[in-house]
Amino acid sequence: MSYYNEEDLGRFGEVAKYKPELFEKFLAWYQACQEEGALSKREKALIGLAVAVTVQCPYCIEAFTNSCLENGSNMEQMTESMHLASAIRGGASLIHGIQSHNAHDKVSM
Amino acid sequence: MTSIATVQITRNGKPALPNSPNNFAEKLGDAKLFAVSVNTLQVNVGKLCNQACKHCHVDASPTRTEIMPREVVDACVRAIRDFKIPILDITGGAPEMIPNFRYFVTEARKLNTKIIVRHNLTVMFENNQTDLPEFFAENEVEIVCSLPYFLQTQTDAQRGKGVFDKSIEALKRLNAVGYGIDEKLVLNLVYNPVGAFLPPEQSAIEADFKRELKARYNISFNNLFTITNMPIARYLDWLRRSGNEESYMQKLVSAFNPATISGLMCKNLISVDWRGNLFDCDFNQMLELKLPQTIYDFDAEKLKNRQIITANHCFGCAAGSGSSCGGAVAES
Repeated sequence: MSYYNEEDLGRFGEVAKYKPELFEKFLAWYQACQEEGALSKREKALIGLAVAVTVQCPYCIEAFTNSCLENGSNMEQMTESMHLASAIRGGASLIHGIQSHNAHDKVSM
Repeated sequence: MTSIATVQITRNGKPALPNSPNNFAEKLGDAKLFAVSVNTLQVNVGKLCNQACKHCHVDASPTRTEIMPREVVDACVRAIRDFKIPILDITGGAPEMIPNFRYFVTEARKLNTKIIVRHNLTVMFENNQTDLPEFFAENEVEIVCSLPYFLQTQTDAQRGKGVFDKSIEALKRLNAVGYGIDEKLVLNLVYNPVGAFLPPEQSAIEADFKRELKARYNISFNNLFTITNMPIARYLDWLRRSGNEESYMQKLVSAFNPATISGLMCKNLISVDWRGNLFDCDFNQMLELKLPQTIYDFDAEKLKNRQIITANHCFGCAAGSGSSCGGAVAES
């Protein structure tokens, strides 16, 4: 058994089953976030892809890859957005090296 | 509603229409799809082309032999004259490759009809075609050129290796004679998705094309039309080979936009094939969904209120912002 099934993306609405009012609120929020605003739909799609890669959600990665393409982005642009998100994630790990430095310095002569 | 959903038309032993989770006629519901005028005579003069693009709904290629003879060209000219049709839209294949192409343009020009030619850019580098920019300009032909993206990778992936570089050179030559600059010489580009996805919002991608083509190559043009890939013919073959048929059709059906229906091109257009048969559009032509009349007994009055023949490929024109030979037709 695979924990991720491709067809499950189409079943997302079933999550509403036991708490429909909360899912409706989520869906309205999720959709409103992607509408044209101070940022263009394309910019939002690129942010969405970067976040999707960062949180490693295969459903979101597929959805936002398509969204980027359908908003006119190309793979160079999409790859830059993914690198930026990954670099921030890497940096967020690396900055914790200071914690190690601090711990080391505390116990060392 | 006339629907051919039950008609068995095949391609390579498989249905020529895509598998669809919904029926287009059912999706239309009570809405009726009737023509309202014959504003445009779109003439497909043949399937011969110097390219064999992966998304081509005509299956055009250098090996095709279907070419419109002079007698059919003359019948088209008579129809334009007798019924004062405002727009002649010449397509193919690469229409410039048929022997009677320039005759057709110059005869139609005498009638003061607006002439549009769907030009693939690279045909300009074929034998005896290098003066095409000057010929187009002399006849004030409006040119609609395919350029799926402003980068080489995507363009060559869809249209063949080397096509992007030739296309850029051709656009420079068109600019050099005034196309895209002189207000009488209109140069429009066409964006097609390079894959199994829908086009972007037309004005947004047009702005990108204008910015990038100007900055990278100093190229100017008038408008960019976004056209959805139609799930028939060579593009349907690709969808099937790549495992995208079902998901692409689901995408088209999910994006069905009733607001597109009033702007669909079939409502104001008649399509003519190289033999003189008539159709509701170029896509129906490729599926051989003929109308009862031919160009020889053409009667715009009888055609203008006809019921349009639909099938599931029609989802391609009604998805999102819609799609026509003039680009998007509605807000998505």
